[in-house]
Amino acid sequence: MRLVTRLHLNGNRTSKQKHDAPKTAGFMRYVKKHPVLYCLLIVPLLYLIVFKYVPMYGLIISFMDFNPVDGFLGSKWIGFENFARFFSSPVFNRLIVNTVGISVYQLLAGFPIPIILALSINETKQKWARKSAQMITYAPHFISTVVMVGILNQMLSPHNGVANKLVELLGFPAVNFMGKPEYFKSIFVWSGIWQNMGYSSIIYIAALTSIDPGIQEAAVVDGASKIKRIFYIDLPGIMPTAIILLIVNAGQIMNVGFEKAYLMQNPMNMRTSEIISTYVYQVGLRNGDFGYSTAVGLFNSIVNLVLMLTVNKIAGKTSETSLF
Amino acid sequence: MKYQIRQSKADTVFGVINAALLGFVILIVLYPLVFILSASFSDPVAVMSGRVWLWPISPTLKGYSAVFSNNSIVASYINSIIYTVAGTLVNVCVTIMAAYPLSRKELYGRNVFMFLFSFTMLFSGGMIPSYLLVRGLKLIDTRWALIIPVALGVWDLIITRTYLQSNIPQELYEAAEIDGAGDFRVLVQIVLPLSTPILAVITLFYAIRHWNSYFDALLYLKSMRLFPLQLTLRNILILNTVDLSMLTDVEEIAQRQGIAELLKYSLIVVASAPVLLIYPFVQKYFIKGIMIGSLKG
Repeated sequence: MRLVTRLHLNGNRTSKQKHDAPKTAGFMRYVKKHPVLYCLLIVPLLYLIVFKYVPMYGLIISFMDFNPVDGFLGSKWIGFENFARFFSSPVFNRLIVNTVGISVYQLLAGFPIPIILALSINETKQKWARKSAQMITYAPHFISTVVMVGILNQMLSPHNGVANKLVELLGFPAVNFMGKPEYFKSIFVWSGIWQNMGYSSIIYIAALTSIDPGIQEAAVVDGASKIKRIFYIDLPGIMPTAIILLIVNAGQIMNVGFEKAYLMQNPMNMRTSEIISTYVYQVGLRNGDFGYSTAVGLFNSIVNLVLMLTVNKIAGKTSETSLF
Repeated sequence: MKYQIRQSKADTVFGVINAALLGFVILIVLYPLVFILSASFSDPVAVMSGRVWLWPISPTLKGYSAVFSNNSIVASYINSIIYTVAGTLVNVCVTIMAAYPLSRKELYGRNVFMFLFSFTMLFSGGMIPSYLLVRGLKLIDTRWALIIPVALGVWDLIITRTYLQSNIPQELYEAAEIDGAGDFRVLVQIVLPLSTPILAVITLFYAIRHWNSYFDALLYLKSMRLFPLQLTLRNILILNTVDLSMLTDVEEIAQRQGIAELLKYSLIVVASAPVLLIYPFVQKYFIKGIMIGSLKG
């Protein structure tokens, strides 16, 4: 879902430049003419300011030795000390390696699979088969993160999980999959693919159906095989969509799903399962080190923002497809 | 008369491989779901010893009776229904209050407003400042903490606005104005009836998000009596804290452990059933939502 989200910033930015900043007198004239529109907007704007922009202001505590008792005004300013502490901390490298590692793995494994699934569904001519394949593969997307991790725990359990029954059947000793640091990344990424491949394929299926059937027919008449048609018609047809999604995903490299990683963590797999966002939660809310953890979170947000903008710029230069 | 080009041998082979591939994917997706469902109906002893692998073994409803006789599960189930209904209602109202004005050309400065909304998708204050804010507003450990801080989804606002802009022609507003209808009347009598598809889409998106979310509750709630289902699920499924004394109808300790294990499967089914049962009927709305969402890209 979040993938598609970013595409929208597009229209707003470009059209914004057409208008100048509202002059006060002129602005009031517009308000008088359509008071209802402005009245309706009050509540959403209040929400936006209070719950989105006030927390951004709250980021200043990353430059403070923040103490909830003294509050925003009474706490001591310490400049970049919190950031310096994070960069020199022994967990820094591990957090970056884990976060980026999971993301890149996810990006590489998760990118082609929805495309293949979409092509496969698109090539299935029986309507009932298409419909049921779509319905079944979309379904896991609606399972909650807690249930997803719960299913993983049950199926991979070393005591009575099905996965280990299979392992034992093949003559190996049972493995505690969830407790092994070396399996964390794969379990995280592949369960995510299991859950979301169908849902991610929706957009590709739509792109495939929007390809002019005349091209396909012409290719059939010219004797192109199905494989040829996939490589020379279907894939080029969905390429713009694929590139946009790839850009969006690449911009998310520092954004690993916190909720799932946190649930999958246990003392045994911490070495590979601790990522920046779970660290922020742990240090900030469990240990109460607000200023420092906010600094870590801010560092992450800034890297994200820079990544998004850079990736978008590169994409804009090399191809026609960019986001904003 | 209809002519058909005969399929070449390569294409037939391709068709077979493709069908096999798709069948394989479907099996992989279905297996865990079927397994969980079967286990939830099986005998606790069979579940404990791992004998269940596809179909239920000596089917019982013991797991489900354990789920429904556990007070904390039932209470959190009711809480989740409250949060989902109230939260979604607030979400849909606030989204319309934002999307309708922002879709009107008459709103001066709407692109500035739109930018302010969209920017929050690129950059945000993050976890700790948001927590401090909610704490400052004295919302910690109240039901409001799960409703107000997530009153509006920016993405939902954008798809709603896009829908209104591309489906309600400017002429309609002009005609209504000439007929003497005010902006509010236009909203209630023209815009809302014309936008039922998008209202269905965002209602579904919001409702599922409320039903499935656990992290806000983990951050903001402390009292067990306020916990939504997902948080109780987390305690049972992931932290393994089943309060065995709360299970009734159990005679032996050994069987209790079996029940505790069985309860997890039944709980997964009970928690996911509402969403998975409704989903096939509303699938087309979800797809529509995604399509509207990607319109601008």
